[in-house]
Amino acid sequence: MHTFLKVTAAAALLATGACASKPKPVEEAAPVAETPVVKEEVKTVDTTPVVTSSIAPGSLEDFRVNVGERVYFDLDQYRLDTEDQDILKRQAAWLASYPNIRILIAGNADERGTREYNLALGERRANAVKEYLVSLGVAASRVDTVSYGKERPVVAGSDDQSWALNRNGWTQIVSGATS
Amino acid sequence: MTHRATHYLRRFLAVALIALGLVAPASAQLRVRVDQGNFTPTPIAIPDFQVTGANSDLAKQIVEVVRADLASTGLFDLQNPASFIQRDLSINAEPRFADWKIIRTEGLVVGTFEELPDGKVAVSFRLWDIYGGELMRINGEPGRRLTTTPENWRRIAHKIADSIYTRLTGEDPYFDTRIVYIAETGPKTERVKRLAIMDSDGANQQYLTSGRSTVLTPRFSPSAQEITYMSYEGGKPRVYLFNIETGRQELLGNFPGMTFSPRFTRDGQSVLLSQAQRGNTDIYIMNLRTRESDRLTDHPSIDTSPSMSPDGKSVVFNSDRGGTPQLYIMNTDKSKRTCPGGGSDVACRITFGKGRYSTPVWSPRGDLIAFTKQEGGKFYVGVIGIDGKGERLLTEAYLDEGPDWSPNGRVIVYFREARPGASPQLFSVDLSGRNERRLVTQTDASDPAWSPLLQ
Repeated sequence: MHTFLKVTAAAALLATGACASKPKPVEEAAPVAETPVVKEEVKTVDTTPVVTSSIAPGSLEDFRVNVGERVYFDLDQYRLDTEDQDILKRQAAWLASYPNIRILIAGNADERGTREYNLALGERRANAVKEYLVSLGVAASRVDTVSYGKERPVVAGSDDQSWALNRNGWTQIVSGATS
Repeated sequence: MTHRATHYLRRFLAVALIALGLVAPASAQLRVRVDQGNFTPTPIAIPDFQVTGANSDLAKQIVEVVRADLASTGLFDLQNPASFIQRDLSINAEPRFADWKIIRTEGLVVGTFEELPDGKVAVSFRLWDIYGGELMRINGEPGRRLTTTPENWRRIAHKIADSIYTRLTGEDPYFDTRIVYIAETGPKTERVKRLAIMDSDGANQQYLTSGRSTVLTPRFSPSAQEITYMSYEGGKPRVYLFNIETGRQELLGNFPGMTFSPRFTRDGQSVLLSQAQRGNTDIYIMNLRTRESDRLTDHPSIDTSPSMSPDGKSVVFNSDRGGTPQLYIMNTDKSKRTCPGGGSDVACRITFGKGRYSTPVWSPRGDLIAFTKQEGGKFYVGVIGIDGKGERLLTEAYLDEGPDWSPNGRVIVYFREARPGASPQLFSVDLSGRNERRLVTQTDASDPAWSPLLQ
């Protein structure tokens, strides 16, 4: 149940994230292309390269799409399950390939806790991610942590799926990535 | 027995006892009970003040604020001025008690407003006990006279309301105070949070920070001149001091980890706070003069949200050392104490009910702890005795969080998200659980903290 939630939640997040920060894939524009008004838009979209082929190795995009930047925690927990560990193993391997990259791990909590306790919980989660990466050989000096408690939800909803998305450890590239 | 019947019986007994020479007449005076079970607000009348000089608008505004303050307690029924029979009141003459009894007024305030030659204004008032048929002296004086600059008129109004409230209830005053809070704007995923301050009645709302950095959990110093709070300034979450008069912000301490959940000690000499480092949060106390800090807890669990007892001897805090967040009390000197449940320990757990407890705040009177409780998909604000007994839940919503006390320990302010997805707003509730009211703010608002009585 929980793993299912995580997978669907992560998928939903990737989809929304993609819409917000990248040009829409060509296929999405096709159904409305028949109306003249939208035709010009389609042209614009046509000029952009297909996203998946444009990702530069060592870029923020590469890390986000091909490695995975977030792990998700169970309610009140900071334990990393095997799925989280797999993501962090990919992060560690990727970071080993790009030794100039520095990261900031943000620990986040859902809104169903009080502010100060959630700040402490977020720090615990960020630290759990950091310790695991360090155990895989990432130099501790490349890793900073911050807790946002319940202050920076990834999604705005007030339901189980939103809360699951908002209980995360988010590895953010600070510097050293290729553009 | 109805309130009215009780009232008359009380008067009869008082008169009888005075006749027998058993008690002094003072005990016969009007007294508003804040804790009685079957509650009826006491009818009081505050006619417009007599005006000497031109500025009758200001005089009216002052009276309106006095009425609003007293009405906001839920203890008084402010009578409609249109119903008043006696229209020739004078501050120097007894009112015609019979005229006021007809409309069942119990307390009557008679006041004057003067513009002084130096540009200041003066307000005088007296308080009459209609059924007792006598003047209620205030601090031994027949009445009070307050003088200030016209710009400061709201504070005069709050001080008048405080005098009346205190004289009638026996409780300490709390209207002439301010509330600091976090003003929130923007979508939930990109919230802008600014430090904001207002008078206790919601007037004079001002922003103290720009919103460039997220700020959280402001709390007043006992002098009401400084605020301690947490800010993400420079990307690092740390505890700061803010001087209200100068606007100066100052980082507090040189901790390697994140610092948060600050709160002044009762003497104002120190700040209690939490530091999180390497996945562990503990509580520290920092002396503001020497800037030296002492570690109060050293435990692998989360220890946060410290609040000191009024006598400075104990600290209540939130810890999940028992598996879930619960409230614990320790001695400030870290010595062992006798726990309510028996035995002795450095930290004694005081909450054993179902659910999760957090954000404890020690009452200014010393006998109660206010807290946030989370259980079964709801949040509650409640109070519990320092011995862990007598838990009472005062409020309930999708999210009710972060209580703080009025300086007289009578009213609790907190913030609420009424439904899933609802934006946060400030509320207050009487310690009895009655009189839940919204404090209207210009923006969404959270993390309210009440100042001490202003000087």
